[in-house]
Amino acid sequence: MLDTMTATATGISNAILRAKNLDVFYGEKQALFSVGIDIPEREITALIGPSGCGKSTFLRCLNRMNDTIPSCTIRGTVEIGGHDIYARDVDVVELRRRVGMVFQKPNPFPKSIYDNVAYGPRIHGLAADKGELDEIVYSCLERTGLLGEVRDRLDAPGTSLSGGQQQRLCIARAIAVSPEVILMDEPCSALDPIATARVEELMEELRRNYTIVIVTHNMQQAARVSQHTAFFHLGTLVEWGATEQIFTSPSDERTQGYITGRYG
Amino acid sequence: MTRAEDTARRLKRRHRAEKRFRLYGIGAVTSALVVLALLLGTIIVNGSSAFTTTEMRLTVFLDPAVIDPDAKKNRDDLLQADYGAIVLAALQKRFPEATGRSERLQLLKLASPGARDVLRDMVMADPAVIGKTVEVSVPASDNIDLLRKGKMTKAQAVSGGKMNERQFAWYDKLAADGLVRGTFNTRFFTAGASREPELAGIWSAVVGSFMTLAVTLVVAFPLGVAAAIYLQEFAPKNRWTDMIEVNINNLAAVPSIVFGLLGLAVFLNYMGLPRSAPLVGGLVLALMTLPTIIIAARSAMQAVPPSIRDAAVGLGASPLQVVAHHVLPLAMPGILTGSIIGMARALGETAPLLMIGMVAFIVDAPTSPMSPATVLPVQVYLWADSPERAFAEKTAAAVLVLLAFLIVMNGLAIYLRRKFERRW
Ligand SMILES: Nc1ncnc2c1ncn2[C@@H]1O[C@H](COP(=O)(O)OP(=O)(O)OP(=O)(O)O)[C@@H](O)[C@H]1O
Ligand SMILES: [Mg+2]
Repeated sequence: MLDTMTATATGISNAILRAKNLDVFYGEKQALFSVGIDIPEREITALIGPSGCGKSTFLRCLNRMNDTIPSCTIRGTVEIGGHDIYARDVDVVELRRRVGMVFQKPNPFPKSIYDNVAYGPRIHGLAADKGELDEIVYSCLERTGLLGEVRDRLDAPGTSLSGGQQQRLCIARAIAVSPEVILMDEPCSALDPIATARVEELMEELRRNYTIVIVTHNMQQAARVSQHTAFFHLGTLVEWGATEQIFTSPSDERTQGYITGRYG
Repeated sequence: MTRAEDTARRLKRRHRAEKRFRLYGIGAVTSALVVLALLLGTIIVNGSSAFTTTEMRLTVFLDPAVIDPDAKKNRDDLLQADYGAIVLAALQKRFPEATGRSERLQLLKLASPGARDVLRDMVMADPAVIGKTVEVSVPASDNIDLLRKGKMTKAQAVSGGKMNERQFAWYDKLAADGLVRGTFNTRFFTAGASREPELAGIWSAVVGSFMTLAVTLVVAFPLGVAAAIYLQEFAPKNRWTDMIEVNINNLAAVPSIVFGLLGLAVFLNYMGLPRSAPLVGGLVLALMTLPTIIIAARSAMQAVPPSIRDAAVGLGASPLQVVAHHVLPLAMPGILTGSIIGMARALGETAPLLMIGMVAFIVDAPTSPMSPATVLPVQVYLWADSPERAFAEKTAAAVLVLLAFLIVMNGLAIYLRRKFERRW
């Protein structure tokens, strides 16, 4: 409870997502304990913490991906624009359009590059005709810096790209449905430093239009790309705030210990 | 002993064990291949002769006094005419010495009863031939066929009471004149069942098998895939679904004759569907194939990587869209392979079909799934049971045809798998 208090004490005015008293259980086992956090709009929030502390679990709560795990139960609220996403009347399909996701391992569909990006707009009916669809696909590929590399092989399977290209394709696929928030779960852990740098650049670029929440194990990455950082430990949100403050003067010694590499 | 020596010894032992295992493997594969080759070899040796048949070339006078005594060319009269007398007359012209009643009968027996049908068909097709003398090839009797192919010796024919010396003499004369010859046996592929081995064919059984399998496919494939989708993607995990799953696995192992009993009780006795019909056979085989398809479809869907589902769900695809757009297309090669293998098993089934009366003697190919029919394996069973020696080669030949169908189906399964897999 104490943690939530400190958390809400630093409350943020431009929050797009707001979690309150979030408890998550996998069957009997509790994975998250009363997590409360604000995610500011059009900024990058990094979630850090030792393995198994519940970062992915929390991230998946934000677009209800945990619904697909039968044993998972959730208490508390997550609000997007002031509406609880766990309310009865919420359309999960629409929610996931507004809150997109990029996964740890690049997972393009075994379809063409074009179809990968076009899939979201198609199922949500975002393009009236082929022309509009083309426009969406091209602009998303352009924004992820992929268009130049794949322009003449849009019919090639998405799985034929390199790992870094695949991950950027997945990001292009995620932004093709014009989400408000993009959740990224360790998006660079399978990439080499060069590809990682490209994805980081891309996040910086995307920040102008989207809110990004990123889970990362890489402290430098968190420090480089994010404006806000939240530190999780054993299922609790220990502290969160401006990245600079967390990395230079953390208020909790566990945070201090983790970012200086004493454990985790 | 030093550590290095010890390691070297272990390594040697491991290599020896590996070599031994490889030898066991090669031995197992070789013996399996030998048995398979033996099996195929005997079937081919026994069956290939059924693909040729023996014909006699006769000079036939289509005597109007016999065929059309009152010259009205009435179709019914033409159909009913005594064509046997015409065949006999043609043979007698070659062998005038056969005059006694029993001799004439023996002479007529050189030709198959199918000879009359050949003449009848000729007259019916064009009644203008009545009164003319024509050269016709007519089927020889099964005994002559066997003699010519060397499947029966003269001694065997005599001891079996099939032919006598006089008939041998006539046959030898005909053969010496070049009037007896072997031809490709089209009748085997176009005719239905017959009591005369030389006239029997597999066509009606092939059509029956085809109809039965069509019913099986139409019923079992959609049902099986739909059940698999529900169980795999939508069903809650609880005691009920666990029980259903266990029972589906059990059903796949139930002896096929039990499905036949079920079909007899439900489709024939309770629902009153006709006996011996492809519809009922297809339904019974569908019940039998259903678990196979469900299990194959489920494991194929299970093999679809979860990351693909996550990607689709993360984009906002509904559960149905996830299945329809991603899981099913990726699982389709596996589902098709499993289904085709299930169908191939159904194609070879005999026991359950015997239970629902598909052992009928079917001359004409079935015209609808409700008309009486037989299927290839049942035809094999019936022929294998026939006392006539000449049916032995038919049995083996029908088995060859059945094997050919199975090979084609398995080839199709492989082709489909390759085709779908190659895309990505
Ligand atoms: N599907 C699941 N079923 C049961 N328990 C789970 C499941 N997913 C995660 N957990 C448990 O919940 C806790 C938090 O897991 P989570 O995946 O959120 O950790 P994480 O912080 O993302 O770790 P990592 O950095 O290794 O990815 C862990 O103890 C884990 O064992
Ligand atoms: Mg994780």
